[in-house]
Amino acid sequence: MSVGRRWIVAAAAGFVVALLLPRLGVPTFYVSLLTQTWIFAIVAMSLDLLVGFTGLVNFSQAALFGVGAYAVAIGATRFHVTAFVPVMALGIVCAMVTAAIFGLVALRSEGVGFIIITIALNEIVWGLAYQWVSVSGGDNGITGIVRPHVGPFDVSENTGYYYVCLVSFAICLVLLLVLVRSPFGLVLKGVRETPRRMRALGYNVWLYRYLAMTISGGFAGVAGVLFAWYNQFVGPVALSLDQSTQILIIVILGGIGTLYGQVFGALVVVFLSNELSAVTQRWEMVLGVIYFAVVMYAPGGLVVLVPRLWNRLLGRRMPVTAEES
Amino acid sequence: MTLRQAQDDAPAALRQAQDDEVCLRLDGVSKRFGSLSVLDDVSITIRTGERCGIIGPNGAGKSTLFNIIAGELPLSRGAVSFLGRDVTRVSAHARARRGMARTFQTTTLFPRLTVIENLVLALQAHSAERFTMLVPRSRYRARDHEARALLERVGLGTRADALVDALGYGEKRQIEILLALAQRPKLLLLDEPTAGLAPSDASLVTEMLKREHAGLTMVLIEHDMGVVFDVVERLTVLHYGRVVADGPVEAIRADANVQEIYLGGKV
Repeated sequence: MSVGRRWIVAAAAGFVVALLLPRLGVPTFYVSLLTQTWIFAIVAMSLDLLVGFTGLVNFSQAALFGVGAYAVAIGATRFHVTAFVPVMALGIVCAMVTAAIFGLVALRSEGVGFIIITIALNEIVWGLAYQWVSVSGGDNGITGIVRPHVGPFDVSENTGYYYVCLVSFAICLVLLLVLVRSPFGLVLKGVRETPRRMRALGYNVWLYRYLAMTISGGFAGVAGVLFAWYNQFVGPVALSLDQSTQILIIVILGGIGTLYGQVFGALVVVFLSNELSAVTQRWEMVLGVIYFAVVMYAPGGLVVLVPRLWNRLLGRRMPVTAEES
Repeated sequence: MTLRQAQDDAPAALRQAQDDEVCLRLDGVSKRFGSLSVLDDVSITIRTGERCGIIGPNGAGKSTLFNIIAGELPLSRGAVSFLGRDVTRVSAHARARRGMARTFQTTTLFPRLTVIENLVLALQAHSAERFTMLVPRSRYRARDHEARALLERVGLGTRADALVDALGYGEKRQIEILLALAQRPKLLLLDEPTAGLAPSDASLVTEMLKREHAGLTMVLIEHDMGVVFDVVERLTVLHYGRVVADGPVEAIRADANVQEIYLGGKV
């Protein structure tokens, strides 16, 4: 079996298992944690498009995620837009427009300058959410968001909503995988590797970074919309700088430039933050240690580590293969 | 500037005729970094089909001049025109789209992409498919074939699927030039193509240049005099940011002044 076909089989098997999980007697609590995992995997993949494929370390991803979430809340409570498709479209468009504005500001700079500007942009949007009380509800956030029907399905129960997030994740993953394998995706990798040569070849490097940021914003928006429906509440924490950092940690844990690796990263972060925080307030220290270990001993991310451990368990040696890029 | 004014006074038809033959024109190009003057009033005209070498000791301003021609550095004074149109304020990528291609002194490739992918990036740079997002690249077989054909022509066909990072230095230098050739340029700018190469590898690159250059307008910066004399027909000598000699290779070789400042008094 070719490597490509083996991946497709593995992905299909994973998807089927994920579909069956709620039916296999997994407690509701874990089903809802897995729901969160899919949501955070989507936003982490959107960031991976920038970090892993375009070479842009963006610290404003939580702001885009949050804009998607607030779009749901404000749309529902003020304009009575509650149906699935219009709300999803609204969230995506709002996040993309925000990303497009961020791009205009941040892409005037490169490298460390870009990072610092995106931190500032994230803080500005957080400040708006925190202080513009008449629109955002300030620290109290916005409550009263109701999960919509998806076609004929009632997804107000956690199990139903799990499927919405799982399928959304699968669609986003496929779209992003096609995107990074397209001619445009190759251009992004060229921009990531050597922008100077790209300019010499005749590529408008700025434009490609700008398009990547805007597209990435759309995917972050999808995750934001799902997050708002999941919690049925939106508050400023959703778009804090901490949130941006956490999304980046998921990307690094999962495996930069892998997209599907973000599932593992999201799984670790979501389960640690929920399970450990019940035991100790210092759960982030444990996350820190895991993060440190991954960066030190498996810089390719958990996605590299998992098959390696699996093979060691079976007593096989892994052949050294060129890393997926 | 005076040259430019004289041009403007000439009848339009005559100017057009002259411009048809001119590929690249530098008019009084100067570049200062703070108080340091790196280029001072450099004027060079390169006709279509000409192969011109720019030589000069370290710090003469060769690389700065190259970066100005390619549009990577803004100039302090003067004008650059390419194929009869002023490009002084045109960005590097827009100049490339008009037909300029350059190589770099330090190898500037895409290390974590395969050789094929490197070449495809050069080949698709001017085509609409560079914006295609939802069709996988595997549907564009023709591009890969084109890239493979180019590789085979220079004898690197077996390295097509290797990561550029894994290539030997000599191979990288060849790809460096091949990428620029794949752009099908109207003007090829080569910045020390044999820099750091062992003599045997250097001759490989020289052979490649001689084979591929038929009819191509070329500007070459080079330290290795053997390569220069082999490839170009005209030499411009830069010294402390000024043009001190310009003419056919043989004439420049015989020029006592040039021997003094560049060749250390002897050939």
